[in-house]
Amino acid sequence: MDIRNLQGYASFFMTIFLVIFLYGYIIHLYRSEKKGEKDYEKYGNIALDDEIDSTPVESGSEHQSEKRGAK
Amino acid sequence: MQSNAALEYDYTVAKLFTYTAILFGLIGMLIGTLIASQMAFPELNYLFGEYGTFSRLRPLHTNVVIFGFTVSGVFATFYYLGQRVLKVSMAESKFLMFIGKLQFVLYVILALGMVVSLLMGYSTSKEYAQMEWPLDLLTVVVWVLWGISIFGLIGIRREKSLYISLWYYIACFLGVAMLYLFNNMEVPTYLASGGLGSIMHSVSMYSGTNDALVQWWWGHNAVAFVFTVPIVAMIYYFLPKESGQAIYSYKLSLLSFWGLMFVYLWAGSHHLLYSTVPDWMQTMGSVFSVVLILPSWGSAINMLLTMKGEWNQLTENPLIKFMVLASTFYMLSTLEGPIQAIKSVNAIAHFTDWIPGHVHDGVLGWVAFMIMSGLFHMAPRMYKREIYSKKLMEAQFWIQTTAVVLYFTSMWIAGITQGMMWRAVDEYGNLMYSFIDTVAVLHPYYAIRALAGVLYVTGFVMFAYNMIKTMSSSRELTEEPQFRSPMA
Repeated sequence: MDIRNLQGYASFFMTIFLVIFLYGYIIHLYRSEKKGEKDYEKYGNIALDDEIDSTPVESGSEHQSEKRGAK
Repeated sequence: MQSNAALEYDYTVAKLFTYTAILFGLIGMLIGTLIASQMAFPELNYLFGEYGTFSRLRPLHTNVVIFGFTVSGVFATFYYLGQRVLKVSMAESKFLMFIGKLQFVLYVILALGMVVSLLMGYSTSKEYAQMEWPLDLLTVVVWVLWGISIFGLIGIRREKSLYISLWYYIACFLGVAMLYLFNNMEVPTYLASGGLGSIMHSVSMYSGTNDALVQWWWGHNAVAFVFTVPIVAMIYYFLPKESGQAIYSYKLSLLSFWGLMFVYLWAGSHHLLYSTVPDWMQTMGSVFSVVLILPSWGSAINMLLTMKGEWNQLTENPLIKFMVLASTFYMLSTLEGPIQAIKSVNAIAHFTDWIPGHVHDGVLGWVAFMIMSGLFHMAPRMYKREIYSKKLMEAQFWIQTTAVVLYFTSMWIAGITQGMMWRAVDEYGNLMYSFIDTVAVLHPYYAIRALAGVLYVTGFVMFAYNMIKTMSSSRELTEEPQFRSPMA
């Protein structure tokens, strides 16, 4: 089999892999929300409530922000 | 935490890139209008000697609007909203502030170098990658500095989760970095030959079909990672913020993101249909282009649904009008592109005016509308003044919308006419028309396109005037608007 054929097959199987991966990702998103592990929709509020002193939707390292605040 | 109480976002760098976006937008669009007029009235080629010819100005137009206007808009909006969605100020890090300013200074030097060298006729002849090797090296430095700003801001953030817009900015950074490096692998001939010829000249490391493939891998992904990805980043922030409505479905935004990343990278070979690249690769380019409708429409529909129950804002707020129309043009453009990538349609569309028609409903209707509305939204927050004139903005909207419609409809007709005439054969199989027959038929459509250019530039001048008046003499605001931008 020459290199061009190999490239063609590689491209085909890569596509199949990506399709499976994407469908897997959809299932993962919905399943983790259904199980209550994650609430993805709350992240939409990051854009709406974006004042520098407003409470983060998900806090980063408390230690880090305290350190900065103490400066 | 006491010092945080007085802490404010620092828009110094965002403002600097806002100025270059306005300046380069004006220059790039003026050149575009001139070359569109040259297509209709060829005598306009001889206004400035060799510096005014179509062949000299066309790469200047594309480079100034892409790397001058659009990329300035990308940087300006990033330095504005990057801070806000991470809840961290540039003022908190002297290092990041220095990097941002250094990036701006080098970017302006690069832009001047690009304009001068292209006008002088230095070009690699690779579309959207015409800059010669010294400027390519400087581009890498500017881009890496932007990367340091992105990841530096992320490093000191308070908001742990990265908002979807940042995902898109990161994708823009990584995608362009990878593709730019691959496509600009070149050998400076002066250095390689031990002193022969011009120091500016270089040749690509790839040859023949390989060069074409790498070129269009980059070329189409310049559309993906400069004209799509960072603009989606903008709409995901500015539309929710201006309307006060959170994204309709955050999950859909994540899914569309990965869909777009996986698919867009492999669609570029549709530029090489019916050429010497392997047949399977041409087919793959077509298939991936058609599949691309899904993630593109995923983002666009998500934006339109964000306005659910709030459509009254469309009539009340011209900024929402700009953004909703931008989203609609994104849908139109991302449906039109895949149609053109279907092999049988491409047999008619390839090399015709339908292609620049397609490009411009995307860039004028989607990219420029989104950048202008983003900058309009930023202005009252950056300058603490209300937007100078709502009426002017409304007028600009309608003038520019008319311009976009005139542009793409004239090019649809011109392109399909051209494609059909090139293919037409008589009963004996002889070609029915010579090339000049098509040129004569297309003249009115070229004139309409030039008119569309004049209208669009007029709208852009109104935008620039409105922005400058907002910065300088509009009514001052006592507090920052939460959602809707105040305008007089």
